[in-house]
Amino acid sequence: MLPAKGIRFIVIVAVLVMTIGITAPAMAQDDSNMLIMARAVDSTGLDPHTQTAFASLRMLELVYETLVRTDENLVLEPALAESWAFSDDGMQLTFNLRQGVTFHDGSPFTSEDVIVSIERILDEETGSATRSNLLSIESMDAPDDYTVVMNLTLPDVPLVAALSSINTAILPSELIAEGDPSATVNGTGPFMLESWQPEERTILMAFADYWGDGPYVDGIEIRIVPDESTIMAALRAGEIDFAMLNDPLIATLPMGGSEAIINRAPDISYHVLQLRAAVEPLDKLEVRQAISCAIDRQQVVDVAALGEGMVTGPLTMPAWQVPLDELFCYEQDLAKAQELMAEAGLEEGFELPVIVAVAEPPTALSEAQVIQEQLRAINIEVTIESLEFGVYVDRWLAADFTAAIALNGGRSDPYPMYSRYFQYDANFNEVAGYIDDTLDSLMKQGQVETDPEARWEIFAEFQRHLAETAPWIWLYNGYTYTGQQPWVIDFTPTPTGSIFYLSEARLDR
Amino acid sequence: MLRYIAQRLIAVIPTLIGVSLLVFIAIRLVPGDAIVTMLGTEAGMLTANQRAALESYFGLDKPATVQYVTWMGDVLQGDLGFSIRHGKPVLDLILERFPVTMELAFVSLVIALVVGTTLGTLSAVLHNSFIDLFGRLFALLGLAAPNFLIGTLLIYVLSVYFGILPNAGNYVELTEDPVKNFEQIIFPAMTLGFSFSASVMRTTRSAMLEVLGEDYIRTARSKGLRSRTVITRHALRNAMIPVVTLAGVELGYLLGGAVIVEQIFALPGLGRLTLNAISQRDYALIQGATLFIAINFVVINLVVDLIYAVVDPRISYGSHK
Repeated sequence: MLPAKGIRFIVIVAVLVMTIGITAPAMAQDDSNMLIMARAVDSTGLDPHTQTAFASLRMLELVYETLVRTDENLVLEPALAESWAFSDDGMQLTFNLRQGVTFHDGSPFTSEDVIVSIERILDEETGSATRSNLLSIESMDAPDDYTVVMNLTLPDVPLVAALSSINTAILPSELIAEGDPSATVNGTGPFMLESWQPEERTILMAFADYWGDGPYVDGIEIRIVPDESTIMAALRAGEIDFAMLNDPLIATLPMGGSEAIINRAPDISYHVLQLRAAVEPLDKLEVRQAISCAIDRQQVVDVAALGEGMVTGPLTMPAWQVPLDELFCYEQDLAKAQELMAEAGLEEGFELPVIVAVAEPPTALSEAQVIQEQLRAINIEVTIESLEFGVYVDRWLAADFTAAIALNGGRSDPYPMYSRYFQYDANFNEVAGYIDDTLDSLMKQGQVETDPEARWEIFAEFQRHLAETAPWIWLYNGYTYTGQQPWVIDFTPTPTGSIFYLSEARLDR
Repeated sequence: MLRYIAQRLIAVIPTLIGVSLLVFIAIRLVPGDAIVTMLGTEAGMLTANQRAALESYFGLDKPATVQYVTWMGDVLQGDLGFSIRHGKPVLDLILERFPVTMELAFVSLVIALVVGTTLGTLSAVLHNSFIDLFGRLFALLGLAAPNFLIGTLLIYVLSVYFGILPNAGNYVELTEDPVKNFEQIIFPAMTLGFSFSASVMRTTRSAMLEVLGEDYIRTARSKGLRSRTVITRHALRNAMIPVVTLAGVELGYLLGGAVIVEQIFALPGLGRLTLNAISQRDYALIQGATLFIAINFVVINLVVDLIYAVVDPRISYGSHK
């Protein structure tokens, strides 16, 4: 037998090993003026013209700038251009550039940088997906260092909005000519990229010569913490100042005694059940309408997203939305749905395969499950196929699906938001699976109409027509979430998820 | 002995070629390439010329066989390829991340071995006592509770009740600040060590029970040796052989990166590096990392076999005279 002393010794050692560290003192934040931020997903690259992942854009928006920007209400505001105007016939768009702006390396910003940057996007060799939004630019002139004139092939009204995307960032012409924008970062934005260790951390330092307001912090340290519940724990423990959160189920967790705050702003991205009307029996209008009538959108929000969202039609931007009661069957109407199914000769129902990306968005699977339950009422048997994101995107791009749960990005302007889907010969028309003359014509009118009121009417009709023909079933738009400590002040969240306004934030520890 | 090692190392070559080929083919069979994972659905907005330009940038424009042969040729010269995503040579990335994984693996192994063998020995010696019952319950829990649950609970308890979270993405290297590094490593290591200590405990316990029933133990006791000497010197050493095997296999797995724990605790280890490489279709990095993990595994297996000879003098790899 072991003597009692021996046992005690061994037990003490074991317990010590298991508990060591728990007694470590809490690490108080020092009074540094660096903003410590955490997020789950890292940038995938540094070239603003080719990066499209949300995570990349959020970082690039802090270091690069565009000619124009959208504010927290999605209104276009001057950025590198102080003003802009279309010629009377709408065939020329002139930008007056801001003077006295410098790039991070100290070189001055001029009209040449704008022209070279836009030309780089238009060059197919660059591989920029945003090129498709700028195709109306036929040529560009620079009458002087601070004026750029774009000569257009048609009066492309939404072009200004397209130029607010960070994908149209202005790079210094030398970097494009001699450097590699995927390796070197040199913008005009409020922060300079100091270092980027992929999947670990990014250090941004304040750009002292920034032309605009701020920045008021010395810099931002972006840490990658892959698990959002760990980010929440870090926020509670006061280990980080600021956090970007994606999953509403995590962002709405109670704060457990911590003083940290969650900011939310309505997101312009929309959750949608994409049907492909090209596939039987979804080619029958009655069937698509029946699905639209059978779905209780509010229940989808309540169950899948714990109420964190608002039922929406095709347009999510408040300034462009028509009231929901003007849209076809936005209140669940099972009797009408059954009637429509009978008209289509499908009272017996059918099987509807739906593809879903795992955790993209985090609520995707729950959305599909709620819809599966709801469509059972009209004998539609939804089969859910969960796919890894890369596989999902591949199938989606190839239009190799019957229906899909998707989270599609919004824009401040309706035209670039849907021009890729609902026009003849649009890049994603095959994916969208539906087009008719009315939609195509409304899109084309919407692009060139210069009168704001007439333009609003065009897109109101566009929304009503989409709801009526139900090629897709628009569900809801959620929120963008950021978490922060009470000592982070003057930060404004935005509906695009941009954290650009960290440039105006202060730390009052 | 040296000859044995050489033979084993030569036998490793076909294994490694097999692994590299399997990974090379498997990752290319998965739908979605680097362009699609970088651009998401925006990839569909590219024209054919734009796509071709990107394919040549990512090195996807050459036939797969050419890609493999080129890669293998580079590997033989010690070049594991270049990760475009990280903008760095694959080998540099692996060597950067490997110390984290190695430290995590060793600390959790130490925890598992100390806790596991202690509890296992106590359980066996005090067979059917309260301690035995506790040990068996501990093992049951450790084997049943998955890492992600234990890790998440640990983080919850630490942040909510103690107001601390030693690692919120600011991993500090051992050489930089050993104390801070220890604070960051200990909780993930405990998470990993917990479930592993359960299997160590069970193996130790059953091996000890078996050994304690052997004649030579009775002989040792009847010689009047102290109980502690009998247990530590005679019984435990013999009961350790299955534990060494277990530890070797486990270490092999751990050095491949503890993906889930690294993910939950935001540790920049090999597991996370590989996982991200897979989700981003960073072919060069996936191939390089898996090859590295395979080499690790094979080498550890060899080391374990050699340790047998130390633990059990009856096993010898030398030529018998």
